[in-house]
Formats: sequence, structure tokens, C-alpha cells
Amino acid sequence: MNVPQREVIQESIRNLYFHVCMWFSMMILFTVSVVNAVKYLRNNDLTYDILSRQYAVVGIVFGILGYSTGMIWASFTWADPNNPASASFASIAKDPKLIGAAIALLIYFAYLVLRDSIEDIDKKARISSVYNIFAFALLFPSIWIIPRILESLHPGGQGNPALNPQDIDARMRMVFYPAVVGWTLLGVWIVSLKVRMKKLKEKTFYR
Amino acid sequence: MIKRFFLSIFLISCSYALLAQSFGDNMRGNGKIYVVVAVLVTIFIGIILYLIRLDRKITKLEKETKINH
Repeated sequence: MNVPQREVIQESIRNLYFHVCMWFSMMILFTVSVVNAVKYLRNNDLTYDILSRQYAVVGIVFGILGYSTGMIWASFTWADPNNPASASFASIAKDPKLIGAAIALLIYFAYLVLRDSIEDIDKKARISSVYNIFAFALLFPSIWIIPRILESLHPGGQGNPALNPQDIDARMRMVFYPAVVGWTLLGVWIVSLKVRMKKLKEKTFYR
Repeated sequence: MIKRFFLSIFLISCSYALLAQSFGDNMRGNGKIYVVVAVLVTIFIGIILYLIRLDRKITKLEKETKINH
């Protein structure tokens, strides 16, 4: 299928179906995770806690994949061997969008560390649910607000990255939206496997 | 184990980023389509490694439940 021709990214615009979908899936999975955290705090049902934790973990995996693919994409588009100011990956890695995404992911890493450092099951569930809400709240400034305010090489400074009509057109949208749904469903499937395993584990543990 | 997983994914993409200059000619040729290939391979390896890790955990759990019965 034909894609719009853009100056720097050329055919690599097709990474939209992979790199951008990773981040979209991550956001959706984190949102489901925080919803389950709130549900746990309201009902005190440990099932929601398991769901919340597994959604967060798979969200982190997608985030890491999004970051890694972004590194590859950037090193062949933003990095320009003929321009000394941006010749290497190191010179472009200080972009505010990269740092914002790194902060967001580190906050979620801390969620796992915090969670696994508490022995008591109820205390663990309650503290990590509260921390999950905090981590989700920090997603807003770190990946949605600050990168839009500061000047960045990453597209989307003036609007939504990847949804801007200057970046993509109807032909790409036709693939992009189903791709987002598909990747997210892949994540949900992995989550469901992990949840089933976790429940089985707890059953054998309490027997 | 999870650390090793994170590390491997990160190192794969690091190597791409660092080697960008040496095999940059191929990656930048043909309208940079090989960048898409590299991205796709990274995601594929990442998800497969993650699923293998999950498989190992389930195998461990199966063994544990066999001992209990």
C-alpha cells in the first residue's frame, strides 16, 4: 500500500504501525491498570489487584519495546552523519520526549520494586494500588504535557503525535487504527495468561 | 530473569543505535525501509523472549503442583 512521501523518514513512515502502536498499547494498558487499582481500593478484592499488577507489567514491556524501536528509528532519521550537531545517537538522546518517556517508565519500574518489597499481601495490594494512581497521574506531565511544551525533534509538538494530518493520511489511518487495536489485544492476551498463572499460583500457595 | 530480559532488549537496540554509522549506508538506502525491518525484528524478539519467560514460569508452576499432589 502506498504511503505519503515525507522528506526525512521516507519509507520508514511505516514504523507508525509498530513504534507508535507500542506506545498507544502501553497507554491503554496503563489506563486499565489504574482502573483496576481504583476498583481494588473500592472493593478490597485481591482479583483486581492481580489484574492491576499484570496490566502494568505488560504495559511496561510495551513501553520498553516502544523505547527500543524509537532508538532504532531515531538513529537513522534524526541522526545525520553529515551534520556534526546530530551525528550520533548520544547527541539526539537529550530530546525532551525521550527523557519524558524514560521518566514515565522509571516511575513504573519503581512500582514493581515497591510492590515486590512488601511481604504482607493486603498491605502490598493497597500501597501498590495507591502508587499506581500516582504513577498514572505522572504520565500526564511526563509524556503528554512537557514534550508538547518544549521544542523537540519528535513529531507532535503542535498536536497529537502520529494523528496530525501533516504526518499521516487516510491510507495510513486505515492500517494504523486496526494495528493499535491488534497490538493492544495481544497485550491483553498476555495479561490474561499471566493472570491465570498468578491465580493458579496463589491457589497452590494457600492449600 | 526479568532483568536479563530488559537488558537483552535494551542492548539489541543499543547495538543498532551505536552501529548506525557503520552499516548506516544500507539502513539509509532503499528509502530507509530496513529501519522498519529492524524495528519489526526488535518487537518480535522482545515479545517472543517475554513469552518464553512466561512459558518457563508456567513449567515451574506445573512441577510444583505435581509435587504437592
